[in-house]
Amino acid sequence: MQFFFEVLIGGLLSGVMYALVALGFVLIYKASGVFNFAQGAMVFFAALTFVGVMELGVPFGFALIVTFVAMVLLGVATEKVVLRPLVNQPQITLFMATIGLTFFIEGLAQGAWGASVRGLEIPGIQDEPIAWAMDNWGIGISKFDLFAAIVSALLVSSLAVFFNKTRIGRALRAVADDHQAALSIGIPLQNIWRIVWAVSGFVALVAGLMWGARNGVQFALTFVALKALPVLIIGGFESVAGAIVGGLIIGAAEKLGEVYIGPMVGGGIEGWFPYVMALLFLLVRPEGLFGERHIDRV
Amino acid sequence: MLYREAGQFKASYNEDQQIFPIRQDRIAIAAIIAFFYLVVPFVASQYWLQAILIPVLIFSLAAIGLNILTGYAGQLSLGSAAFMAVGAFGAYNFMLRVPGMPILAAFVLGGLCAALVGIAFGLPSLRIKGFYLAVATLAAQFFIVWALTKFSWFSNNSSSGVITAQQVDIFGYAFTSPEAKYLLTLAVVTVLALAAKNMVRSSIGRSWMAIRDMDVAAEVIGFRPLQTKLSAFAISSFYCGVAGALYAYTYLGTVEPEGFNLDLSFRILFMIIIGGVGSILGSFLGAAFIVLLPILLNISMHVLGGWVPQGLASNLELIVFGGLIIFFLIVEPHGLARLWQIGKEKLRLWPFPH
Repeated sequence: MQFFFEVLIGGLLSGVMYALVALGFVLIYKASGVFNFAQGAMVFFAALTFVGVMELGVPFGFALIVTFVAMVLLGVATEKVVLRPLVNQPQITLFMATIGLTFFIEGLAQGAWGASVRGLEIPGIQDEPIAWAMDNWGIGISKFDLFAAIVSALLVSSLAVFFNKTRIGRALRAVADDHQAALSIGIPLQNIWRIVWAVSGFVALVAGLMWGARNGVQFALTFVALKALPVLIIGGFESVAGAIVGGLIIGAAEKLGEVYIGPMVGGGIEGWFPYVMALLFLLVRPEGLFGERHIDRV
Repeated sequence: MLYREAGQFKASYNEDQQIFPIRQDRIAIAAIIAFFYLVVPFVASQYWLQAILIPVLIFSLAAIGLNILTGYAGQLSLGSAAFMAVGAFGAYNFMLRVPGMPILAAFVLGGLCAALVGIAFGLPSLRIKGFYLAVATLAAQFFIVWALTKFSWFSNNSSSGVITAQQVDIFGYAFTSPEAKYLLTLAVVTVLALAAKNMVRSSIGRSWMAIRDMDVAAEVIGFRPLQTKLSAFAISSFYCGVAGALYAYTYLGTVEPEGFNLDLSFRILFMIIIGGVGSILGSFLGAAFIVLLPILLNISMHVLGGWVPQGLASNLELIVFGGLIIFFLIVEPHGLARLWQIGKEKLRLWPFPH
């Protein structure tokens, strides 16, 4: 039983990390109706830029700011070069454009900073079990995982405040609701999109730092980001809360599946288990747990 | 002057229903086919046949498959490489386990295996659309590659799932030279491409397009979404499966499941975006473009000499691919095939465009 809880908690904590990536998808989808496949590449780009800037001998905080500025620039450029010319195109076209963007950003990141695997250290946080939890409950919880969970919780709550309490947040929700209505009451659509892409760039930066510190900064990060897709399916594309809950479900199910179902079929099922789970989930609830139900009209 | 329809009257139903209703088109197609059958094998070097023409043909076939699903039936798929893998491993196993199996029958059976798998993974498309479906096809991509690697039965217990294609033998003639392999590939691709060209303008093709353009409306006027979508999945996967079998037997010879990864799926998707979504001709143009682009980039790197740093070359390929996709989607969403069509319109009106 203890082992079960250890696996479960490990899964939930890594699920938090998936949720971090999924959050970036949700933000953009909510505001602009674009399913941004390039979010994973943005995570990779952020992590690589951060490590690259650090290697130049820049202190941690400053590197963070530089990377943030780079992400904002990337977001603004994307809005200007890719999205604006594609306004009013079918969603599938926009989706395919973001697949192109994925390749572009991956090439750009590796071209600028090189393709070698690097380590990323967040000062003061090691990937080691917490002694207190070990002593009292006998369950190994990694300090790093806990730290990641706290950071995500902070990020989500500040995003929630931002969305619900500020003027920009209200404008964002208005745009998400109805582009045309928002435009007609004078909300500047383009500005809002730029802000959303910048915010999701920031989320990508946080996710990139977390994943980079955990697995090293390498190309495989983009595959981790793909795991955010089943998270979205389970949580629903339009819901921030859904991204979190979906992330937790996927994280826990993936680890439990690997440990308990994996041996029956020869292991290594982590790679596809979330997708198949999402697929089965879709058959029951096509709009996800928290997604909006769409009514088709002719 | 040359390209005129004036004076070509359709006097019978047969004439009206030809695949290529304009005489110049028929002549051009016949000339192109004759050129690729009769001239190319004698003039092309081994390198051209083996490294360019055969892969272009195979990828064209896979692109036609994806185009049927995405371009005509409107169901986005990110798992075409996995269906190619099913075709390749299916054909391999039929050759291996059934004594005296004719190779072409093995290709067809491999394609049918892919079609069955395609139907299984296409079932969710009845309830889900768009991005959700794209993610569902990712499940197919990862699951199939994993299953082919994990269960060694598929690869006859070889390590890490690598299979070596048996020799291609038809009626005692061994297809070993690049020319023979090229002709075999060309023959399969010609037959299937003409079939596809015919299919998309028949009732089944029109039902796909109706579902693509507005599925609810199509359902209301009497198309059955179940049969229409699943037939698109089945036929698309069949094409991808046959392409996969050719990929193993006439192109590489030795393949492993990991070779059919997500990257290959994306590559096929790029082919149809650049070539033209919803166009058979576009599938060929796109495949040729995507196969030739890295080679051209390489050559231009060599020409530029040491000016470009070593590591940048492969990344430049990614950047150029990504940039081109965005460029095409913005400037010409219907791809190279549309450019060809515009050219045809111009020719038709020339020299009096008003």
